[in-house]
Amino acid sequence: MYHYDEYDHALVKDRVAQFRRQVERRLSGDLTEEQFRPLRLMNGLYLQLHAYMLRVAIPYGTLDSRQLRKLAYIARRYDKGYGHFTTRQNLQYNWPKLEETPDILAELAEVEMHAIQTSGNCIRNTTSDQYAGAAADEIEDPRIWCEIVRQWSTLHPEFSFLPRKFKVAITGSENDRAAVRVHDIGLIMKHGDGEGAGEAGEVGFEVIVGGGLGRTPFLGKTIRPFLAKEDLLSYLEAILRTYNMLGRRDNKYKARIKVTLHETGAEEFARLVEEEWAEIKESSLKLPKPEMDRIAAHFVPPEFRALESRATAEEERAAGDPAFASWVRNNIVEHKASGYAIANISLKPVGLPPGDATSEQMDLVADLADEYSFGEIRVTHTQNLVLPHVERSRLPELYDRLLAAGLATANVGLLSDIICCPGLDYCTLASARSIPISTQISERFADQGRLDLVGQMQIKISGCINACGHHHVGHIGILGVDRKGEEHYQIQLGGSASEDASLGKILGRGFSADQVVDVVEQLVDVYVELREGDERFIDTYRRVGQAPFKEKVYGTA
Amino acid sequence: MALLEKRDSGAVLIVDRYSKVEEDAATPESGDVLVSLERLEAERESLLARADSVGVWLRSDQSPSGLADDLGKIELVALDFPVFSDGRAYSSARLLRERYGYRGELRAVGDVLAEQLGFMLRSGFDTFEMASPNALEEFATIPKEVRVVYQPTGDGLATATELRLGT
Ligand code: SF4
Repeated sequence: MYHYDEYDHALVKDRVAQFRRQVERRLSGDLTEEQFRPLRLMNGLYLQLHAYMLRVAIPYGTLDSRQLRKLAYIARRYDKGYGHFTTRQNLQYNWPKLEETPDILAELAEVEMHAIQTSGNCIRNTTSDQYAGAAADEIEDPRIWCEIVRQWSTLHPEFSFLPRKFKVAITGSENDRAAVRVHDIGLIMKHGDGEGAGEAGEVGFEVIVGGGLGRTPFLGKTIRPFLAKEDLLSYLEAILRTYNMLGRRDNKYKARIKVTLHETGAEEFARLVEEEWAEIKESSLKLPKPEMDRIAAHFVPPEFRALESRATAEEERAAGDPAFASWVRNNIVEHKASGYAIANISLKPVGLPPGDATSEQMDLVADLADEYSFGEIRVTHTQNLVLPHVERSRLPELYDRLLAAGLATANVGLLSDIICCPGLDYCTLASARSIPISTQISERFADQGRLDLVGQMQIKISGCINACGHHHVGHIGILGVDRKGEEHYQIQLGGSASEDASLGKILGRGFSADQVVDVVEQLVDVYVELREGDERFIDTYRRVGQAPFKEKVYGTA
Repeated sequence: MALLEKRDSGAVLIVDRYSKVEEDAATPESGDVLVSLERLEAERESLLARADSVGVWLRSDQSPSGLADDLGKIELVALDFPVFSDGRAYSSARLLRERYGYRGELRAVGDVLAEQLGFMLRSGFDTFEMASPNALEEFATIPKEVRVVYQPTGDGLATATELRLGT
């Protein structure tokens, strides 16, 4: 993974000192809250319902054990002993004290971390495939390019006051695990076709613009089928400049680039970008080969041992232990190196808020990473953790260690692996609570046999139309709304954020908090009854449409 | 309101020699004037033929591209920040400096705050109309607080990449 050099270190240290001065001015009354607000937001410090919240960037979801231990330490020393992993591969502390936030940032800087641009109308933390560098289906490690984008976007003088926040996601694989079509810019690494879109065999990017969820969800559109690597930054600068000048600033709900693209038309927008790009393509933004190589060198894979692809220890244990077998089936993913596996650690235990981890759990995962995974950890946008490089033969030991710590929930990708925003328990904008809905669903579907029977399923819950819980792209999406002062929930079906991306459709009238879980259960029952072969929920839904689901939930019309 | 001009070691206070011509007023016969883009377009010939200096004031929604041909005769371009969070003028400033080769005075007006001076300097501004009573003092320290830059702009500062590669 990437390690800071003297320049990266100097920048982050300077930024901490700057923020310390700003906080001092606020505490002395020299700055009003109104004047301080934009400054704290530039450093990820929000004011929430009950307290400040600090959002720490985990660039492209990659951590090493030393960093995770630091996050655990900060949670213990400065917060209430836990942190919350978000859908954007970040970590949030919900109870920091304002006067201590500069110290927290200084602690983070020690381990090459920061909170720069985790909020505000600027380019946010670039997200990526959580299996980058380990996935069997990957063309190239996308984190090289995420790091290049991270540096370019950090304190960008021109793009720190955009019309609205701006999110970039990069995937190195055709199986999109980074939800690139619902980002402001999504980049998919691909091979050139030798027929106009890149040289045959050359690796570059497909450029997708204007995806996003929120009040008006859009899937992004491809504005350039192939972009050479060396042109990445000049092309991004052209997109951002076009958006900065053109994006609406009169209405914050119409300010995202998805609306700019929609109102301008994708073709016209692409034309403007290409026109701008022609002017700066040959500028000093062109990436020098030595710099690309320098950054790529940080991401060379660890030295994997030459191993048999089959592991007897794993197979024997699975044969006699159905719980272990479930865990392997659901949480373990194929690795590119023979005899290795990618191990997901679910942060969705039955009955607890999705994405929360205690300091003890973080410390343990850091230790396990050192023992089993070359010290590497990943954070997923589905709010779980990953040990990316585990020897298959050691999976039984790893499982036992996780089990003892309550971290062996075997539900990754299943019904109770719910994505959920903080909702009314924390968020000032919320219309309804989302965490209790999520915990109730996980309690209803606590039985492993039933989970396995239902199979792959994504439930996503947002506490208001801002859609931080990505409900538009859930197979089942649940949206909290306020109906005459009461929490109410709307259900959508048929969304997906993967390579087959689609937006869900509203099922019908909404439900009260105590009805939601029953409705989810009814929807699941319809699917189990109607499915053919190994169809997932989404496949069955796409085949049969909404009617049978509606009928079950609302009775025949 | 103070007008500051950047120097190597911070900034100095300068006197504003331009008089801003308000929308409904007639253009004065002589003296240095600052006019709107609309007025420049309407009175282009007479304005550009004046012996005294002409400056143009752009709202944040006005692109500088229409000025490109006249920049040799314009001595001041003032770009407005109606609120500090409206960042269009950063793009306009870079286009003026880096694309159209404008070398005259580039002034930041409106909601110009100390915390954004660093970004403004990097984008090519060289004078600043600031409301803060401590503007001079702020200018001397705040823009230098973060010393490393990652992005190449027209200000010529060496980026981290250039320093790494020794280019
Ligand atoms: S979706 Fe709404 S309630 Fe949930 S975190 Fe976002 S703004 Fe808050």
